[in-house]
Amino acid sequence: MLELLADIGYQRWVLPALLIIPVVGAILIYLARIGRGRPDDIANAGGARVIAFVTLLVEFLVSVGLWWTFDTSRTTWQNVVMKPWIPEWGANFVVGIDGISLMMILLTTFIMPLSVLGSWTSVREKLPAYYALLLVLTTGMIGVFISLDLLLFYVMWEVMLVPMYFIIGIWGGERRLYASIKFFLYTMIGSLLMLVAILYLWIQTWQAGAPTFSYDALLRTIDVSRTAGLLLFGAFFLAFAVKVPMFPFHTWLPDAHVEAPTAGSVILAGIMLKMGTYGFLRFAMPLFPDAALSPAVRTTMLALAVIGIIYGALVAMVQPDFKKLVAYSSVSHLGFVMLGILALTLESVQGALMVMINHGISTGALFFLIGMIYERRHSRMIDAYGGIARVVPLFAAMLTIVSLSSIGLPGTNGFVGEFLVLIGSFRTQPIWTVIATTGVIFAAAYLLWAIQRILFQPVTHAENERLTDLNVRETVIMAALVIPILWIGIYPKPILDRMERSAAAFITLVGGSNADRSAGMRPGE
Amino acid sequence: MNNVRFDLVRPLDLTFALAPDLLLMAGTMILLLASAWGAETSRRQRDVGRWSIVLCVLTLAGVVYMWWAGHTATRGVIAVDPFRWATDVLILLGAILAIALSMDYLEREHIDIAEAHVLILFATAGMMLLAAARDLMIVFLGIELMSIAVYVLAGLNRRSGRAAEAALKYFLLGAFSTGFLLYGIALVFGATGSTNIADIGAAILARNLATNAMLLAGVALLIVGLGFKVAAAPFHMWTPDVYEGAPTPMTAFMAAAVKAAAFAVFLRIWMEAFPYLNGAWHKPLWYLAVVTMVVGNVVALAQKNIKRMLAYSSIAHAGYLLVAVVVSNFEGASAYLFYVFAYTLATMGAFAVVMALAQTGERGQQIEDYAGLWRVRPGLSIAMAVFMLALLGFPIFGGMGFFAKWYVLQAALRPPSQTNLAIWVVLTSLISAGYYLYVVMVMFMKARPAESPSPLKVPGMTRFVIATCAIVLLVVGIWPRPVLRVARRSLPQLVHLSEELPRAPATQP
Repeated sequence: MLELLADIGYQRWVLPALLIIPVVGAILIYLARIGRGRPDDIANAGGARVIAFVTLLVEFLVSVGLWWTFDTSRTTWQNVVMKPWIPEWGANFVVGIDGISLMMILLTTFIMPLSVLGSWTSVREKLPAYYALLLVLTTGMIGVFISLDLLLFYVMWEVMLVPMYFIIGIWGGERRLYASIKFFLYTMIGSLLMLVAILYLWIQTWQAGAPTFSYDALLRTIDVSRTAGLLLFGAFFLAFAVKVPMFPFHTWLPDAHVEAPTAGSVILAGIMLKMGTYGFLRFAMPLFPDAALSPAVRTTMLALAVIGIIYGALVAMVQPDFKKLVAYSSVSHLGFVMLGILALTLESVQGALMVMINHGISTGALFFLIGMIYERRHSRMIDAYGGIARVVPLFAAMLTIVSLSSIGLPGTNGFVGEFLVLIGSFRTQPIWTVIATTGVIFAAAYLLWAIQRILFQPVTHAENERLTDLNVRETVIMAALVIPILWIGIYPKPILDRMERSAAAFITLVGGSNADRSAGMRPGE
Repeated sequence: MNNVRFDLVRPLDLTFALAPDLLLMAGTMILLLASAWGAETSRRQRDVGRWSIVLCVLTLAGVVYMWWAGHTATRGVIAVDPFRWATDVLILLGAILAIALSMDYLEREHIDIAEAHVLILFATAGMMLLAAARDLMIVFLGIELMSIAVYVLAGLNRRSGRAAEAALKYFLLGAFSTGFLLYGIALVFGATGSTNIADIGAAILARNLATNAMLLAGVALLIVGLGFKVAAAPFHMWTPDVYEGAPTPMTAFMAAAVKAAAFAVFLRIWMEAFPYLNGAWHKPLWYLAVVTMVVGNVVALAQKNIKRMLAYSSIAHAGYLLVAVVVSNFEGASAYLFYVFAYTLATMGAFAVVMALAQTGERGQQIEDYAGLWRVRPGLSIAMAVFMLALLGFPIFGGMGFFAKWYVLQAALRPPSQTNLAIWVVLTSLISAGYYLYVVMVMFMKARPAESPSPLKVPGMTRFVIATCAIVLLVVGIWPRPVLRVARRSLPQLVHLSEELPRAPATQP
């Protein structure tokens, strides 16, 4: 397998190919002229979803090769492709991956075809546009995870914003206008500040005689005063904190998640939130370690992360709307990620990366399930259900497994990530960690209570008696998601191995000495 | 390449140096006769329009040839440098697009006046003169030639009361502002003893006139006069009414080409004549830029009519372009060229969509009239979204707009760095998201009311303009390098002085 991939020069073209394939798919959808002249609904334009699914399946298969070709012994960038873009300004098309990007790419390419399947019957109008936007969105997200040039990164960061804005705004729920504009403006305020910070860094390199946007070059040469460092970190912080979302920048999230169509929620929660934490790991903290680790800043961020954990969980507990409940649970889960990143031990950072992956799978699965039941019953309210385990047993089984994984039951993926974060963080931040641990208990409370009210107890609404169980397509989606839930829960070592060097490199870049202190224990062995 | 150095004292050399301009003017005269001669029919109007475009293309070829040949000139009344040719290209581009649009517009509104195209050509000739001017008298000549033609264009639709109001308002205020300009020229002449831009610069330096009251008063009046032409706040009051009342293609022409030409001459005067007065004008221009950005963007938020909204948006863009004037160095000049290229395409495209969507009699121009447009006219809506995002300065989907804004920002941040000005650019851009995105939201996300009339079929020329603008914007947005390189090379040649002596350092208010 490896030889075959080497023969076809896989490592030289795979990353650009991942960017191009979805765009080609989008163009194909346009060229196919599906259902032209007639209403582009499922009956006339169903071909669009087939093209989108096949394209994203190809994308997934192409990306899977990375899993094997990834060299766990190297700390440098892999599969680097570099082409001049605007050399006059020092901007180049530079892409490359490390262990963190690798897992984020695989998560993206894994979730995307599933989200096409998840939209199969729920999106009923303007199909070509919808699926074309999904494809363009894929390019933007992959681009964010592989860019090693700050201008390219910024462009990709904005590219993924527009398709999601349209997906929420056109195919969303009743309050979609409000939700989409809020989503757009929040993200844009943050990213414009980031643009200014990038511009500032670039002007510095320009004054030094060699203007460049190169991430590596900036990492080496960056030399800013303390105040400037704090301000620049603040700009990056805001851009990423909105995306994570950290308390108190999270208020766009419940609106966007709830109003978005199923695939939109899945992608938002599964992939797009990770861009915020990825931004911290890749850009904000390594570029400005002094600012990030200055006691006041670090304490503030830790406090916000832990507040996010507790607050998200508590607010989730009282939501009558199941989709909103899951949305708030995201705030809580991403708080763990931030805690792990800020604690700066090998376990905690690896744990944070695991939570990023797990949250993508589990919360994505939860949103899929909500979408499936919503299509049947047209309600997201918890009290509209009750006792449906007897009516739809397969759905109930899936919801239970996924919820347990989200809670972090040992044997499922959720346990691995949160456990690593907590034991890792305890070494450097014991107090915050102890407080954060209560979040795990709250998580059990709100999810178990919710599935109890949905699945068990007597059936109170007559229309629930006629619900149909998961069909083949839905079963395929859920099976695809449950497999990694169990696999990561039982044997996470391959994933941890691939991320270990990158996590250690991150700690070295940011904190230096912390890496040595905790390098002794390697979980999962 | 056999580049000649024109000796502008010799009439023959001067004629050659003005060859593209003269070609345009001569052709325009012939077309004027041709359109006056026959009956006022729709067909003749289209024929004249077609020939006008041909004439513009020929002139464009002449400009490109002169550019390519790399001629230079001695110090004289006109400049022969890449900056002039690049500006000419932008102006002619605007003119071609405007003529193409007005052909369709005049037909739809049943205004069979073939002279409309000829007037656009006259205005274009004035603008090209402005781009070339290196003498304040030529500047005045160019401004008058341009403005008088545009006054008439604004009132082209004689049946419309609004158009008449727009034309009259524009004419009265324009005449007033020309008075300011002329008075400014006179005072500058009185203080320096010359109307030649290079000589003024030399005189200021040699006789140390930096604190001369007469000169400073002259400069202030020039700022007012030029500020009116580029629609900078607080000299912008005419803009929304005129833009709303004038026929849409003429509005597009005003918003794009008139502004481009006025800014070109603004930059040239400031770079060559007044670099040593930096301390005096820096602060006023700085505030002018900030006030223009803020007023344009904030007031645009409140607009319900799409043309008024675009008028305020054009004021906001005048503010961004003023940043290039405040910077007033080579980086500012190339930022200006790059920005105006993007701005011309986006503005022309946006007005073309507005024109295509209006019903006969210019009805249907409230932003709310576009509700659910996507469902009936997907192509137009997508193009409009591209133009809006380009004006907003969004990467990829807004194409070139992002790099244009980036260029202005980086010009502002190079030393002597104008950090505060850059921050104002970013902040006001953020405000502008409010109204640009609102248009996108209305088109794509609101439901189409049942009683709304279905849009007319989009005529061929309009479709061509919209498609060209959108495609060029998007392609350059992904691959900006060729345009960037041209913009970086197309700098004004400052005769003799500016390079030799350091400039007074800029002060930050």
